[in-house]
Amino acid sequence: MAATHWIPARLRATRALTPDIRLLEIEPSGPVAPVPPGSHLGVAVMIGERPDTRSYSLLDSGADGLYRIAVKRLPDSRGGSAYMHGLEPGARLSISGPRNHFGLTPGRPGYLLVAGGIGITPLHAMALALHGAGSPFRLLYAARTRQDLALADGLRARIGDRLETVTDEAGGRIDLAAAIAGLPPGGEAYVCGPYGMMEAARRAWAESGRPAQGLRFETFGTGGRHAAEAFTVRIPRLAREIVVPRNQTMLEALEAAGVGMIHDCRRGECGLCTVKILDADGTVDHRDVFFSDAQKAANAHLCTCVSRVVGGGITIDTADRAG
Amino acid sequence: MTDPKGYPLNAWYAAAWGHEIGRALTPRRICDKDVVLYRRTDGAVAALEDACWHRLLPLSLGHLKGDQVMCGYHGLVFDATGRCTFMPAQETINPSACVRAFPAVERYRLVWLWMGDPALADPDLVPDFHWNSDAPWVGEGGTFYGLKCNYRLVIDNLMDLTHETYVHAGSIGDEAITRSPFEVTHTDRCVTVERWMEGIEPPPFWARNLGRPGHVDRWQIIRFEAPTVVAGDVGVALAGTGARQGDRSQGVNGFFLAAITPETATSCHYFWNFVRSWRTDDEELTKALNRAHVNDGKGVYDQDHDVLEAQQRAIDRQPRQPFYNLNIDAGALWAHRLIDGMMAKEGRDPGKGVPPVGLAAE
Ligand code: FES
Ligand code: FES
Ligand SMILES: [Fe+2]
Repeated sequence: MAATHWIPARLRATRALTPDIRLLEIEPSGPVAPVPPGSHLGVAVMIGERPDTRSYSLLDSGADGLYRIAVKRLPDSRGGSAYMHGLEPGARLSISGPRNHFGLTPGRPGYLLVAGGIGITPLHAMALALHGAGSPFRLLYAARTRQDLALADGLRARIGDRLETVTDEAGGRIDLAAAIAGLPPGGEAYVCGPYGMMEAARRAWAESGRPAQGLRFETFGTGGRHAAEAFTVRIPRLAREIVVPRNQTMLEALEAAGVGMIHDCRRGECGLCTVKILDADGTVDHRDVFFSDAQKAANAHLCTCVSRVVGGGITIDTADRAG
Repeated sequence: MTDPKGYPLNAWYAAAWGHEIGRALTPRRICDKDVVLYRRTDGAVAALEDACWHRLLPLSLGHLKGDQVMCGYHGLVFDATGRCTFMPAQETINPSACVRAFPAVERYRLVWLWMGDPALADPDLVPDFHWNSDAPWVGEGGTFYGLKCNYRLVIDNLMDLTHETYVHAGSIGDEAITRSPFEVTHTDRCVTVERWMEGIEPPPFWARNLGRPGHVDRWQIIRFEAPTVVAGDVGVALAGTGARQGDRSQGVNGFFLAAITPETATSCHYFWNFVRSWRTDDEELTKALNRAHVNDGKGVYDQDHDVLEAQQRAIDRQPRQPFYNLNIDAGALWAHRLIDGMMAKEGRDPGKGVPPVGLAAE
């Protein structure tokens, strides 16, 4: 991956959108050009004593010279969201990018945007861009409660009834199959949300018979089918037993223990960090998008950068061979 | 003072003649980006970044499968919007995998690409180049691909035709040009330089094509449309027959057309044509005029070509802050101001030919 270029920035203002979602306005030290929707910003954070980086989608194009992000405080977090929530206006930051792995194709005959919870952030920027361009689109925005629809009011003021919200508390559900069926041929869908929503979207898209590349999604590698918990990894060939804490990835734990690993994306996309599963006495929570559903069901491999084990431990083999 | 190397990205640039793009993968460097062009099965032209997402092998070294491009190295396939549709040795597709697709439109016999923010690519902004395709105008042009000078030097060349007297002596050059006054006007998109030379002896090229003896009124009305298109209304009519007042029936009229596209900071592609409205079905004349412009180093444009490349070499050797300017440079300086204004609107420093942070999907 390209070396990261950091630039200094200042936190200009913050605002609580909900009790656990905070809007941050970041002012970079130099002039900025507007960025395309789907772009994310890298932010240097401190996790305890350790420097680390986090990616946050930009809420708009930043045409006024400010980068806006929304950060949800996550109980399962490794500490990045807690750090971001602890920052006061005026704080100095180091930022990188913006970069874009979730680009919006212009000129499609129709767009379906689907957001779950804090997954709204990249779709917020897309909705504004599509609205500005006069493109036909729908934004479906789901959250647990009304209060969790952090950006709904502001969005409704700007895009009107192109925004449709549903909440679990009201018993609402997004009918993905119907929404996809309503897209004209050549239309694209963009999804960002919890793992279950993305899986449902992928299934519904595949069932619709549309070309796979028309479904776009952002994978931040957060959240799976199960809540994160600590688990044990055994590597018989290396005679090692390593504990993966709740707030660390399996890849990080293996590397920290000195097991040689290669990786690239750390988002469950590239498949470089995979290991062979010899035996699992817990459930493997596959959180990657590299393996197909059939491969996940076969449970022969897992992506260590995002996937975890719950309710037990796992026995694996890595690439190390004596010689 | 700005370093005159930069170019706006939110603009349509000529990338190829329409007839040059077929089912072959055609590589071209435009605005410091490698682009591959091809014609889709529905006839529209597609333009992708000519660098595979995987390991940057130029996609132009691969081949077309229907409307999709297969990389010639490990077989990744990209559709005309730049989305990856196939990855080897896996059952899924990495959702990040894509190459940039550039909006393309074909108009006035040329393929135009939008190199900046695709959301702003409005086909209504294609520069007016209708003389290249519409009656009564007829002509066959060509391109200097990879002309070794910054694109602005070509614009400067076309916005001031006093150089004809020296560079094109013996054909269209004439001392009357350097003696006649001219007027420069502009809007926020165009600059016009207008010069009338009345009651003069016609220069050889025009005397031949007018085919009638006597003095003439000669005109040069050069229209620049930002950032890089120039169309020059030129001709002669028998002196005193009212050409300046609008009656050109006693004369011959042509347009020189130039669409200039930055290739790098020190090279450009120069699409040129000369179209005329006299003897329009004389194909021999069309060929002869084409040859007169590029004639193994002896044509009119070859003469400009030599000057432009020598000028760039001199700038590279001794980058004295850039030039002194004369009264005759007013048209060129207005053109630069419009170009710089477009760049400023993009939030870019005209001193740098690089895209802003985050403009490219990477
Ligand atoms: S590092 Fe890419 S899938 Fe794990
Ligand atoms: S470089 Fe194109 S497929 Fe590997
Ligand atoms: Fe010339």
